[in-house]
Amino acid sequence: MTADTERTLEWGAGVPSYTPPVSMTAYLDHAATTPVRPEVRAAMAPHYDAAFGNPSGTHSVARRAKTALEEAREEIAAGLGCEPGEVVVTGGGTEADNLAVIGAARAAARAGRGRRIVVTAIEHKAVSAAAEALRFDGFEVRVVRVGPDGIVDLDDLAAVLDPETVVVSTMLVNNEVGTIQPLAEIAERVRALAPHAVLHTDAVQAVPWLDLAAAAMPADLVSVSAHKFGGPKGVGALVVRTGVELEPLAVGGGQERGLRSGTVDVAGAVGMAAALRVTTERRGAEAAGATALRDRLAAGLAIVPGVLSTGDRARVIGGNHHVRFAGVAAETLLVALDREGVCAAAGSSCASGALEPSHVLAAMGLSRGDARQAVRFSFGYASTDADVDRALDVVPRAVARLRRPG
Amino acid sequence: MSGGVDSSVAAALLADAGHDVTGITLRLWGGMSDSGCCSIGDVEDARRVAAQLGVPHYVFDESDEFESRVVDPYVRAYDSGATPNPCVACNQELKFGRLLDRARVLGFDALATGHHARIRRGEDGVHRLVRARDAAKDQSYVLVGLTQRELPSLAFPVGELTKADVRAYAAGLGLRTADKPESMDVCFVARRDRVDFVEARVGARPGVVVDVDGRELGPHDGVARFTVGQRRGLGVAVGTRQYVVDVDAVTNVVTVGPPAALLCESVALRALTFTNERPSSRARLEVQVRAHGTPCAGSLVEDRVEFVDPTPKVAPGQIVALYEGDELVGGGVAA
Repeated sequence: MTADTERTLEWGAGVPSYTPPVSMTAYLDHAATTPVRPEVRAAMAPHYDAAFGNPSGTHSVARRAKTALEEAREEIAAGLGCEPGEVVVTGGGTEADNLAVIGAARAAARAGRGRRIVVTAIEHKAVSAAAEALRFDGFEVRVVRVGPDGIVDLDDLAAVLDPETVVVSTMLVNNEVGTIQPLAEIAERVRALAPHAVLHTDAVQAVPWLDLAAAAMPADLVSVSAHKFGGPKGVGALVVRTGVELEPLAVGGGQERGLRSGTVDVAGAVGMAAALRVTTERRGAEAAGATALRDRLAAGLAIVPGVLSTGDRARVIGGNHHVRFAGVAAETLLVALDREGVCAAAGSSCASGALEPSHVLAAMGLSRGDARQAVRFSFGYASTDADVDRALDVVPRAVARLRRPG
Repeated sequence: MSGGVDSSVAAALLADAGHDVTGITLRLWGGMSDSGCCSIGDVEDARRVAAQLGVPHYVFDESDEFESRVVDPYVRAYDSGATPNPCVACNQELKFGRLLDRARVLGFDALATGHHARIRRGEDGVHRLVRARDAAKDQSYVLVGLTQRELPSLAFPVGELTKADVRAYAAGLGLRTADKPESMDVCFVARRDRVDFVEARVGARPGVVVDVDGRELGPHDGVARFTVGQRRGLGVAVGTRQYVVDVDAVTNVVTVGPPAALLCESVALRALTFTNERPSSRARLEVQVRAHGTPCAGSLVEDRVEFVDPTPKVAPGQIVALYEGDELVGGGVAA
């Protein structure tokens, strides 16, 4: 068997299998997730040790956990510009989005206020799929257009809003193209034209870049996810402003003011609080640093022939560089980059791990073929000059090679 | 890497031999029936095997191309009274077409799959395609279409192994796919009947069944339900054993006849390809007309295969593979 096999293999024998070591990778995918900050790990550690209690209990061990949870809640509230009692700890951003959209829709329907929901065409699937699910419950879903700049079309929004509208959901920062949505102007129209509507914003991508205490203020419901700003995965929060009615999705023990039953992940909440505190303290410097790196990458890639950036780059967070290389399939380019240690992304992946055609780019008017060429480089607090150096070394070469006829 | 045992072991053999291996799974089918070669569970199996071997793994979404280059032609073929082979179309268009092109552009030296077949490079530099060591598992038939353009860049590492060897190798490495059952059906119709699948897309074409003399024997529910050579499910009772001898998708007439009416002496081929050179018209070939059929003797004269002995008719659309001994020399599509 061995002899036969070896004879079949004439080419390139003896080359070792190559996955670049972590130290050599340029991680340019902070919009997907960020490394856990050391301060976060340190804050969480005791809760995997002596402070393991269930915060719902009455004894000393439980009280310690309860105290830690409530202190975390205060810190989260401070970072998000709300009252501690308005913070619902969830199992991540998706759960927060689901609870916001479905919970608010059901509460409104039960109160007889209406069954109309408005979402934008570029929402994350955690929002758009929640809205789709509500269709089956008899809700009407209206989708607001975006312009080729990747910004919500305010006239179209105004056209679809009416007094029957009970939920409006618009993201604050788009996860693919990085555009910052005009939440204050959106809120103005919602309050004027849909006075009964609850306004939700998915702010999952916004935390490293925007002070949510100000930027998310116009929204009644605000979703965040800890791992997008140096916290652990699987924990998030939904801000539920006082007076906003929600029906819970998870029912049971009545934790989190009855809005999210289930024992709270205390370590996760503590980690999220620490991540938010550090992010808030350093936001100015970290965002400026990441933006400078992004700008250097953008300038370096701008000289690659056939490179096109997406949307209105003036209205994008500092960490996002979204480009197309004409004639190069993103799926292939990402493999070529990965083989040389550059971690980038394109749109979203389906359950199989395959790239899905981007609904965001489609909404911005890109053809399916053009959308398949789009690549996202995203920066964060952990980005370094070396990452940009490596990307500028690797990307232009890879693009040139992939364009060469096979 | 389909997520099956053969491609898992193909990857393992290459990794063990010291090659720089990268696993690719094609996502082919995103529709209603994805229980075949491309379900999420299978992708996960492939990914886990790759992780165990310490090689990178990627998924390429070819579902649009699969739809246009494999599924659509499959449906159109049945709708026109032909009997397509979608596995060959998938191999030619996607695996050894688009994927090989991508592998080359990414700088890889070769593309390996888990097919049971062998490639031998001769002293003359020609790469010859030879049946698998395990004759019962030989898959060279579905590799019709490969030429010297592709063969030098391909490897079929399990072709030298019996299926038992393959499973033993996988078990020895503790691969999760070691005991995985084989997929037998067309991957995209695995859960549904072929007839339902085709008629759901293009509608049924009902018509009549006639005998070889043109006498009407009764109605039928759709031409997609019939393939030349079929014996069961004809829906007519004649007393003697009857076979489908012709499917006319223009008039929707299905002709049935006794075994003798099914016999033919030759079959015309289109889309003829040769792995290297066209065999001489005097060369005695073994002609195989289905994936695991017994070959019969014949020769290739221009674009026709002439059989030595009369042979049951080959359904139009079927792949006709031509062998010299164990070597696949070429093939085409029955006209």
